[in-house]
Amino acid sequence: MTPGSENGDLRTRAEALGQTLPPLLAEAEMLASTVMLGEHGRRRAGLGDEFWQYRPAHAGDAARSIDWRRSARSDAHFVREREWQAAQSVTLWVDPSKSMGFTGAKGREAKGARARLLALALAVLLLRGGERVGLAGLALPRSGRAQIVRMAARLAGETADADYGAPEVAGMVGHGRAVFLSDFMGDLAGVESALARASDRGVKGALVQVLDPAEEEFPFDGRTIFESMGGSLSFETRKAGELRDRYLARLAERKDRLAVLARTVGWHFSTHHTGQPAQSALLWLYRALEGGR
Amino acid sequence: MFTIGPIGFLTPWLLVALIALPILWILLRAVPPAPIRRRFPGVALLLGLRDEDAETDKTPWWLLLLRMLAVAAAIIGFAGPVLNPEGRQAGSGPLLVVLDGGWAEARDWARRVERAGQLVEDAGREGRTVAVIRLTDAPEDVVFQASDAWAGRLAGMEPAPHAPGAMEDWAEVLPVDRFDTVWLADGLAHPGREALAAVFQDKGDLTVIESPRPVFGLHPAGFEAGKVTVSVSRSSAVDAATVEVAARGPDPAGIERELARAVLTFGPGDARASGGIDLPPELRNRVTRFELPGLRSAGAVSLTDDSLKRRKVAIIGAGPDQEALQLLSPTHYLRQALEPVADLIDGSLGEVLVAKPDVIILADVARLTQLEQDATLEWLEAGGLLLRFAGPRLAASDVSRFEEDPLMPVRLREGGRTVGGAMSWGEPKALAPFPEDSPFYGLPLPDDVQVTAQVLAQPDPELGARTIAALEDGTPLVTRKAVGEGQVVLVHVTANAEWSSLPLSGLFVQMLERLAVSTRPALPEASDLEGQIWVPEEVLDAWGATREAGEIAGVEGAVLAAAIAEGPGRDVPPGLYAGLDRRVALNVIGAETVLAAAEWPAGVVVETLEVAAEKSLKGPLLAAGLALLLVDILAALLVAGRLTGLRRGAAVLAVVGLAFAGQARAQEATPGPRPGDDFAIEATTAVVLAHVLTGDAEVDELAEAGLAGLGDRLWERTSIEPAPPMGVDIERDELAFFPFLYWPVTADMPTPSAAAYDKLNQYLRTGGMILFDTRDADRVAFGGTSPEGQALQRIAAGLDVPPLEQIPADHVLTRTFYLLQDFPGRHAQGSIWVEAAPPDAELVEGMPFRALNDGVTPVVIGGNDWAAAWATDASGVPMLPVGRGFAGERQREISYRFGINLIMHVLTGNYKSDQVHVPALLERLGQ
Repeated sequence: MTPGSENGDLRTRAEALGQTLPPLLAEAEMLASTVMLGEHGRRRAGLGDEFWQYRPAHAGDAARSIDWRRSARSDAHFVREREWQAAQSVTLWVDPSKSMGFTGAKGREAKGARARLLALALAVLLLRGGERVGLAGLALPRSGRAQIVRMAARLAGETADADYGAPEVAGMVGHGRAVFLSDFMGDLAGVESALARASDRGVKGALVQVLDPAEEEFPFDGRTIFESMGGSLSFETRKAGELRDRYLARLAERKDRLAVLARTVGWHFSTHHTGQPAQSALLWLYRALEGGR
Repeated sequence: MFTIGPIGFLTPWLLVALIALPILWILLRAVPPAPIRRRFPGVALLLGLRDEDAETDKTPWWLLLLRMLAVAAAIIGFAGPVLNPEGRQAGSGPLLVVLDGGWAEARDWARRVERAGQLVEDAGREGRTVAVIRLTDAPEDVVFQASDAWAGRLAGMEPAPHAPGAMEDWAEVLPVDRFDTVWLADGLAHPGREALAAVFQDKGDLTVIESPRPVFGLHPAGFEAGKVTVSVSRSSAVDAATVEVAARGPDPAGIERELARAVLTFGPGDARASGGIDLPPELRNRVTRFELPGLRSAGAVSLTDDSLKRRKVAIIGAGPDQEALQLLSPTHYLRQALEPVADLIDGSLGEVLVAKPDVIILADVARLTQLEQDATLEWLEAGGLLLRFAGPRLAASDVSRFEEDPLMPVRLREGGRTVGGAMSWGEPKALAPFPEDSPFYGLPLPDDVQVTAQVLAQPDPELGARTIAALEDGTPLVTRKAVGEGQVVLVHVTANAEWSSLPLSGLFVQMLERLAVSTRPALPEASDLEGQIWVPEEVLDAWGATREAGEIAGVEGAVLAAAIAEGPGRDVPPGLYAGLDRRVALNVIGAETVLAAAEWPAGVVVETLEVAAEKSLKGPLLAAGLALLLVDILAALLVAGRLTGLRRGAAVLAVVGLAFAGQARAQEATPGPRPGDDFAIEATTAVVLAHVLTGDAEVDELAEAGLAGLGDRLWERTSIEPAPPMGVDIERDELAFFPFLYWPVTADMPTPSAAAYDKLNQYLRTGGMILFDTRDADRVAFGGTSPEGQALQRIAAGLDVPPLEQIPADHVLTRTFYLLQDFPGRHAQGSIWVEAAPPDAELVEGMPFRALNDGVTPVVIGGNDWAAAWATDASGVPMLPVGRGFAGERQREISYRFGINLIMHVLTGNYKSDQVHVPALLERLGQ
């Protein structure tokens, strides 16, 4: 298979997944600097194309702002207000590290593949909703369908030599939104700092931990040498089965920590397993970006 | 040889290697199982964890034990262990091994040969020369040879199906020198055995080996008071015992199976037990052999010959029974003669024909109805014997007067004649000697048989050939004619003593016997057998199995008679012998044979056959070692934690194994799904319209689309809800599932094979309907023909198609659902043909149609290309145009209506032909 067709494949699958949801309307907590005119009504009067309301003209309103047709029907003067519409910038970060290449069973997607799929599907939804989407460190947020193609190419071509990755904050637009997709198996310091910098810049978003079911179950037994995907870490045990409980405890602890981290900066956190369909994760992301509830 | 208990070792020094086991234990213990390397991102979470116990570093003790056992099994196995090593006593001088070789040894022949082989082999090891003789063979010089020479010959020896005879003859051919003898005897006393044993004792040591188990012999079955009696003898009459006797023979399908079984009980001390088997004549006549089930020996088998068969004879007298004296009854003497030897059937001719008797006797019955005559003729053709007796009625009637009656062998002259009476000239006539070609040839003529009245045969060119008994003056008394497989015999006198004294004489019974009306006595007399050559048809081998006699020469009757009295021998093997007109069974055990246990002179060592055999344990031990090593592989994987992947594999294997077991069981109980089942299930889950695959893809596609379109209309408008149509290959597929076949005829369609025709005809006979569509109505006018029409003629030639007619206006097809008069398809002008109405159907005044309450027409033939008019594509849009504009659409609609009517006709038959519907139909027709 050529890389091009792989991109195309990833793109079609992502679009197929994206089609299953209505256009995502990201609620914009705005900042003036990033406000762009877009299709999203802000539920308040402002600059835009859509009619919002008539209000009585006060002193100071320019005469040209008065809607004469409306005013002619009554005694008072009315000003026609338009709804303020703005587009949001969303930056996606997909962990490119080697640990994302892990899959616990033949025929199951690697975690990285699933993460890329989710990212691109989200991008498709957001772009369709008129948002500007970019890849952290790879592609600046832009709108338009061409961005999907660009992102697909960048995502497919992205690799890293590190065993575990840390979120990239470069290219993140202040007061925008961000989504980090990773297994978060590596050192959490990187995540912490990235979140800290993101919240410094007013960025809100979501952490999605993509895990393989094997990582949740630890179905190993016997004398085993565990190695990280890049081979930088290794660990030998004589009875892998007896480590299961302690491993699971540590995993739960890590999830808790991530959840706490996310909560402190106003982000959302969720775990997604490659054994489950991707839709559930996309739906969750949709909700997380839309409502923040 | 080094022995421990019952086990000896061939190479005991190898056992020293067992010392190495503890060392191996220590070595193995020190080496833990190798770890697996796994790539796992979660390793980051594992860092810093510790194993709770370090014990698993070493190989677990049970795994070590397993390995030790495997190695120990291998070492012991290679040391050559032998169970029950024989301590042999050495002998010297030549060794003579004597086998009885008769039928009584057949049951354990293999063991006897094996034992003899052992003896020969042992003798060879000790350097003795050996000779092996079989007492059933003809005596020949005994030559001692090296044991190697015998090894191969022994295995090829077979027991003979008779008892060893003339033992004393063997005494004369024995070598002069001294030798030792081992006699493997069958345990029965045979004439000359003690004498021969004494001779052997004179020559050297005699050891006798015989089985302590009693020998059973089955005597020929007899017939007594309507029951088959069987009896079994045994050689040692000590304990009470029961044996079962099975009667075997072909079942109605011709497959040999057990027909009946009896249980006979020996009381303590009884040497013979008998019992009866009550068998209906049908079964009895089928029995070909009796046997003791489970005993493989010629003595446990008794073949049956004609003596067991009872013929079924129907005697039919004239008219209603008159209350005359019984001795005057025309059938009295027949009954007396036949009752003991045949099964008599009573009833009218029509009734007894159903019972398929072997013989029907008509005593003075003149006239038969046409129906009776036809049925009787049919039965005659199939091999029946019709025996007619004359009488006043026959003489008075004009049966066979001018033309030969099919059921009479000759024409009769009017009135018959009376001789030697008060009012006539001449003396009563006696019988002339039977001619040589008569079945009665050779029967002695009693003097007192006289004929006073008879019916006379018309002189005829064939009369001489048909006469099988005549009076002194040459007048035919008994005439015979062959009809098909069977024959008609007329006795020109009455069956009672009215016209002649024949029925009073013994000759009458013998004549009936010769005519195969009655059954012969069970045991043939020597005089019956003499003068003929008896050719064996089937012979028994020593194990009691029958086989074709092949080229075995026939035997003289005298020899056979002797063999029946004394038992079969080398020249007269047991079996079934056929003579001119009967078959005689020669069995190993005669009616009077006594089975007595052998008695041996004093000083003879008698051993039993059973010897704990030497058995090498090397193979099993090595196999066990290998099995343990295989288990070790699994165990090692388990310990190393690598069995996770295997677990699924094992589960799959187990499931597959279970499936196989289940399947095997299912196959025993019920046959599993077979290749055609999918087709059958698909075709039978709903009404499926089918079309015959012609091989022309376009036509087939159109036919399928047409039936689909018709199916849609049916679904919309009627309660018939057909499944999607199916294409049927008439050569391959089962047709019985389909109520209706649409057969578009193409010019180049191959003629169906004979098997396909069978299927099609069966289909048509059992209610299927085929719509033949030549699709050529646009080209073919009246009387014209087309390639398709010719193909249809070619195809239909082999079909069982009834007479056809052009569809009449009152055919039920015109009103099964819609009221129709035209049956257009894509073409409107073609005529269609259906099964012709019976010629007697008449139109009743005031009725719109005739009462034609017969079945569904099996074929409808036309050329209107209906499928093309019905055909719709997947979205329900008609595929082909029909006619022009609205008129065309109307034609398509009528065509659908024809299709609906047709399917209705197929499924509801002539329901709409019932006159019950007349009022409603009249109303709808507006009359």
